[in-house]
Amino acid sequence: MDLILVNLIDGLVTGLLLFMLSAGLTLIFSMMGVLNFAHASFYMLGAYFGFQISLALGFWMGLLIAPVIVGLMGAAVERYGLRRVHQYGHVPELIFTFGLALLIEELVQFVWGKNQMPYDIPDILNFTAFAIAGNSIPAYKIFMIFISVAIFIGLLYVLTKTRVGMIIQAALSYPRTVEALGHNVPLIFMGVFGVGTALAGVAGVIAGPVLGTFPGMAFVLGSIVFVTIVIGGLGSLWGALVASLLIGWITTFAKSYNIAMSDVLGAVGISPPANLDDSLLRDLWTVTSPQIADILPYILMVLILIFRPSGLFGTRNS
Amino acid sequence: MKKLTKLGAVSALSLMVAASASFAENIKIAFIDPLSGPFASTGTNGLHQFEFAADHMINENGGVLDGQMFEIVAFDNKISPKESLIQLQVAIDQGIRYIAQGNSSGVANALTEAINKHNRRNPDDRVLFLNYAAVDPALTNDKCNFWHFRFDANADIKMDALTDVMAKNEDIKKVYVIGQDYSFGKAVAAAAVRDLGSKRPDIEIVGNELHPIGKVKDFTPYARKIVSSGADAVITGNWGSDMLGLGKSVIENGFTGPIYTYYAAGSGITGAFGESGKGVIRLVAQGEINPPATDAAKAFYDGFLAKYPDGNVDQSRISNVIGMLAQAIEEAGTAEDVVQVAYALEGMEYDSMWGGKIVMREKDHQAIQNVHIHAHTDEGITYAYDSSDFGIVVESTVEMAAMDSPTTCEMKRP
Repeated sequence: MDLILVNLIDGLVTGLLLFMLSAGLTLIFSMMGVLNFAHASFYMLGAYFGFQISLALGFWMGLLIAPVIVGLMGAAVERYGLRRVHQYGHVPELIFTFGLALLIEELVQFVWGKNQMPYDIPDILNFTAFAIAGNSIPAYKIFMIFISVAIFIGLLYVLTKTRVGMIIQAALSYPRTVEALGHNVPLIFMGVFGVGTALAGVAGVIAGPVLGTFPGMAFVLGSIVFVTIVIGGLGSLWGALVASLLIGWITTFAKSYNIAMSDVLGAVGISPPANLDDSLLRDLWTVTSPQIADILPYILMVLILIFRPSGLFGTRNS
Repeated sequence: MKKLTKLGAVSALSLMVAASASFAENIKIAFIDPLSGPFASTGTNGLHQFEFAADHMINENGGVLDGQMFEIVAFDNKISPKESLIQLQVAIDQGIRYIAQGNSSGVANALTEAINKHNRRNPDDRVLFLNYAAVDPALTNDKCNFWHFRFDANADIKMDALTDVMAKNEDIKKVYVIGQDYSFGKAVAAAAVRDLGSKRPDIEIVGNELHPIGKVKDFTPYARKIVSSGADAVITGNWGSDMLGLGKSVIENGFTGPIYTYYAAGSGITGAFGESGKGVIRLVAQGEINPPATDAAKAFYDGFLAKYPDGNVDQSRISNVIGMLAQAIEEAGTAEDVVQVAYALEGMEYDSMWGGKIVMREKDHQAIQNVHIHAHTDEGITYAYDSSDFGIVVESTVEMAAMDSPTTCEMKRP
């Protein structure tokens, strides 16, 4: 019972981190209709910048400055790269961002090398906040939860309650009308792209010390981010949040409990073949939930695509 | 008919030219390991150590035979067995006769099989497999072959040494075994259960599980299970980012006992653990770094660090690969005929730069050597890792570990 509570917290942290990444991606997608393959690379840049700045000025300045730099880089990429490619259609845009992702990985390796960076949790947060039945919850995790929730509320507020948000939302659906009303739509696009990448940067700065800061970190997270926004519904902020939390909890619980496939099949009344070694389905019978935990989100995505192609909160097709 | 003769003459001539040209060429060693992706840092550090060992030990001293130099040719296998076989073919096509690989026993298993097959089919174009780090015991047991030489102590030997030390620690009552889900991780787990069972039957194995290799983003759920199992010690064979992710997570979530590891040093891992790993991380490996064993070892480390200030000598056994290969080539009197070189390597006794002897056991091509248990600390460190204050210090030593250990190898010799 206690472990369930601990897992709920752990899953929440994982999910909220995923949300910060997918929120930026889904914003950018709904705006430009482009899946930014380089999104996880901006997350990696955030971690590396955060690390580098923390060496000189401490963690908190890193958290403040690194996302700004990443956001500015994102804005520059939109202004001088994507906007030019845009006129040739979606495929060149996709290829452009794909190339960008490879370029950023090479660049990071060139500057920082291929080793793990000694990027640490700041001392002020390096203690156990509380413990549940011997399982300590690090203060840093609580901090991550607060940052993520604050960002979600902030985003929601800006998008739904402010004038800026209204203009952005209008520009997404009726760019020409908004332009005719005197708003600078390309500037809005650039701004949103910048904010989206800055969000990835924040995620990088706060995830770097926990999940490790190394050149493969974008690769490891790259695909799961897309899965998240597909499950949530492309372009939906709420969808991104729900899907992130869902994935966080599914993977955490699947890893925490050793549920064997044979138990599951046994529960529905299918008994294993007498001699397992001869059976073609031997691997199916012996597989356990931690082994497939990281595949579960992909299975969920396929199911969602079959039964609700627009995603949980998606409105694109309606 | 005339055309055919002409073709034969031309190809014979070109073969002769190629043969005489290659005679004056460098002795090339293909280094097939991950140079990109999640394990890139481990592979790249290995490459640097190979290049340095070749230059420092051989090339700067005038080479082998009649001044032939060692040349390391790097191939990126992206840690994939499939990619490795392609790179192996490329290397063979380039006329390279020595294949060095170490990261991932999965890759080593694929390579040893492919090389065995290749050598059987192409008796004029054989290659040797210098395995410098893949420690799946099967490679020198059921899957052994004449062309494969292992310079690292295998997982069984290391576990034997590790459990010797653990058996003396009365505080350890419960042990959790966790590893990557592939041949090596399974071998470590099996050896841990077997050795602990025979040396300390009172120790309870409270967990024994495998996780996907290179795919786990967050190790927290695993750490929770380890802490809540009440384990006093953890055994893991994890390496690369999997090692760091698991270790950090386990420590952060409140585990204080020792974590016995195979690969928790260098390649950024030592620096990233820093203070948090002190008193926790224990590492089984051969070749003492701290304190430096001999002047030769000291010169090697100093030279390497002068060339790669940010690098680590975390796989110093690579110096044995280069040294023993050179000695074997000298004894055989040729670098071309790998059968002669292989026979020279078999049973070789080599004086390592650490002062001890290394014996390449004839019956299974497994190097036998001293194995040490190191502690991660910042005290008494001459050679730190990762430009940090931390490094590893020898805590205890098992002399010529597992010298008479049994093997199921039935080797066919050419």
